[in-house]
Amino acid sequence: MSELAELAALRGTLDHCVKCTICESTCPVAAVTPLFPGPKYAGPQAERYRVAGQPSVDLSVDYCSGCGICSQVCPQGVKIAELNAQARHAMKAQRGVPVRDRIITRPELLGRLGTPVAEIANRALGSRALRTAGERLLGVHRDAPAPRFAGRRFSAWARAHQSQAGRRRVVYFHGCGTEYYEPWEGERVVAVLEHNGLEVVVPKQGCCGLPQQSSGLFDDARHSVLALARALEPYLADPATVIVGNATSCTLMLKREAREILGLEQDPVLARVAERTYDICELLLELHQAGELETDLQPLRETVAYHAPCQQQGHGIGKPALDLLALIPGLKVRELDARCCGIAGTYGLKAEKYEIAMAVGADLFAQARESRAATVACDSETCRWQITHGTGLPSSHPIDYLYRSYGLDEV
Amino acid sequence: MRGSLRSDVVVIGAGSAGLTAAIRLAQAGAQVTVIAKGAGSTQLAPGWIDVAGYMPGERAPLASARRGIERLSARRPDHPYALIGVQAVSDALGWLLATVAAGPLSGYTYHGGLDVNMRLVTALGGLRPSACAPITFTAGEAAGLRRVAIVGVPALRDFHPRLCADNLRAAGIEASAHSVALDLRRADASALELARALDDTRARRAFAASLAAVVGSSDAVGLPAILGLREAPAVHSELQERLGRPVFEIPTLPPSVPGMRLYEILGHALRSAGGRLVLGAGVVSHERSGDLVTRIDTATAGSPSGYEAECYVLASGGFHSGALELDSRWQARETVLGLPLSGLPREGAPRFVHDYFDEQPFSRVGVAVDADLRSMGAQNVFVAGASLPGAVPWREGSGEGIALASGYRVAELVAAELGATPAPQSSGAAAPAEGVGPDERAG
Repeated sequence: MSELAELAALRGTLDHCVKCTICESTCPVAAVTPLFPGPKYAGPQAERYRVAGQPSVDLSVDYCSGCGICSQVCPQGVKIAELNAQARHAMKAQRGVPVRDRIITRPELLGRLGTPVAEIANRALGSRALRTAGERLLGVHRDAPAPRFAGRRFSAWARAHQSQAGRRRVVYFHGCGTEYYEPWEGERVVAVLEHNGLEVVVPKQGCCGLPQQSSGLFDDARHSVLALARALEPYLADPATVIVGNATSCTLMLKREAREILGLEQDPVLARVAERTYDICELLLELHQAGELETDLQPLRETVAYHAPCQQQGHGIGKPALDLLALIPGLKVRELDARCCGIAGTYGLKAEKYEIAMAVGADLFAQARESRAATVACDSETCRWQITHGTGLPSSHPIDYLYRSYGLDEV
Repeated sequence: MRGSLRSDVVVIGAGSAGLTAAIRLAQAGAQVTVIAKGAGSTQLAPGWIDVAGYMPGERAPLASARRGIERLSARRPDHPYALIGVQAVSDALGWLLATVAAGPLSGYTYHGGLDVNMRLVTALGGLRPSACAPITFTAGEAAGLRRVAIVGVPALRDFHPRLCADNLRAAGIEASAHSVALDLRRADASALELARALDDTRARRAFAASLAAVVGSSDAVGLPAILGLREAPAVHSELQERLGRPVFEIPTLPPSVPGMRLYEILGHALRSAGGRLVLGAGVVSHERSGDLVTRIDTATAGSPSGYEAECYVLASGGFHSGALELDSRWQARETVLGLPLSGLPREGAPRFVHDYFDEQPFSRVGVAVDADLRSMGAQNVFVAGASLPGAVPWREGSGEGIALASGYRVAELVAAELGATPAPQSSGAAAPAEGVGPDERAG
């Protein structure tokens, strides 16, 4: 199938739309702003008026955050969020892409620039005056949550770290958040995997392209994801080897979004990578089901609230983190059922969308505070930063609780 | 292919049949996983529970759902109610009332039962025989209506107060039509957007004041079902207080606000009972061993992943949801597990009749089951909801009743199969022990 034919196949799903409005009623963005009329209007309905080579009919699609909830709840299998992503791309291609979007969608570039000068960069990001200037000049909201550069890179740690030969190998896809901002997260992932007898390899790798894709920069996104797939795929010779990642939106990009939204279904390398990619909690629960997960878990006497981010729900695997957290003695888990924190990757950073993102997240923030939990567990780093921004509560990956319960923080 | 997740029971479908079965089984202590292609149609439905409103072929509505169940069962031994039994229908309604009352919408309650069908106002001004409905509807019970003001909101273009009032007058109820603006600063708005607006205290005070100016000397006020999503009980009681008379909701075209409230309540009950829910996971294949289903695989991102269980509940719906299909060679099939069907018209017999809303010969097609709602094609697959054969829900006014009661009954049968005991009625929706919150799970 040609790329055009692939895009047409996705478009064909709109004929299954029966206008039931379930997507409208679950869209977190349409619930808080009239600027986005809802996934059905912007998606299957407006799509019929979009003609190649003609101007975009509906600019409101730019306000879709790309959370993907509409596609998850659609009982008819319409690829609503994916159609909207393509419409956004077409619109941006016609109307131009803000310089801001070209900058904030490049985590690698930002990471490489910021890491050596982390202290200065972090101070700059914390400076009210500079953030205000950044909002005026670039359109990055002054209050939007900005991660702090760690000042070191995960890959540097990984190069110096030798994983013991184990009963099975896994390829670790750490993503940019771990590489530049939370390298300790990657160290914990490796420790938990090794504790379970797995040998961890960490190939040299780059960005998955999701930030570019969600801002409509499809060519850049294709370049990123194909390069990443080619960096990971050579390690898959052994059929038992899988790729595992802790950045849930990035693993979803590898598994499905790049193939569907960017029209890359026919790339054989990406197809092999997609089939063998796991979210970290998905893999650990699968090990547990096979009786292969170590259960030497020590009690954690605390209460944690758990939020399954939209992109994690997009995997279609339920909430494996809840099953894993339930294994930890003493740990009280409160499942938050609000749908979205609002950030949607880079959406909530944008000056014109910041207030919308905060309004989307308001339910989740209120639930987290009311839960009286000391921390919030969440599988996506940008969502964690937003949750901390919205609640003041520390937020970490579910894997952190296993890491501590295994006693690996004391080794 | 990925590995598989083991549960005691896997329920396929997240409509009211599937969710009811799943909640009941989880409350009985079973590990339950619900997998579904998408959210079920509960949130498209009006929110009332029609159990048996009409006998096909008779014009007059049934005064009692209990009598309707008996007559439908007597007429056709393959009717779902004949297999479910009136006791299970009654128990299921009682359970629903308790579940709603203990749910997250404090003060929101369902009322009714099998003995007397209420007649509730529809958007067309019809009177719908319904066994059970939320408190926001029951003030519109026709028996108590004399002079009623039907009030529309211009932004809600799918609700026409004059049409509704005209038809009510034709039915002998003195009805007047009015219109009150609820300004969202846009040309049109859905029932959901209006309901969200009324969740706000100030907005509903202003709305109540506008209503008070138009409803005159009517003794009840009917509004489209927009009386709040999360604050429905407060919106409803505040309007009644302010207007000094009963106020009732009339179902709208989707999105259906009362349907969303019910879906929210059922979803909350499932989480509280410890059930898993996986959406966006349509079944792509399954494995069998003899006449047992041993594993099903769903369309997980990347590659399919599996679910294994002792028993499976098929609650995937009928032709409307795509769970049953009729192809161009007139062959019908069940699309999820390929189970055998019953109720098919004989070879050569007519498949469709002229009047769309008449009893279409294909309307009774469903998954063939034995007296225990067990599929004739797989020993460990039980069937609930619109997947069952034998009913014509739109003629009988029975769809919600069959969904709820068959889900409830299947849970009893599956629990017996697993050796678990369903939780008694009273503890149906009670909070877990040790005073923990409803969404808390202790590790």
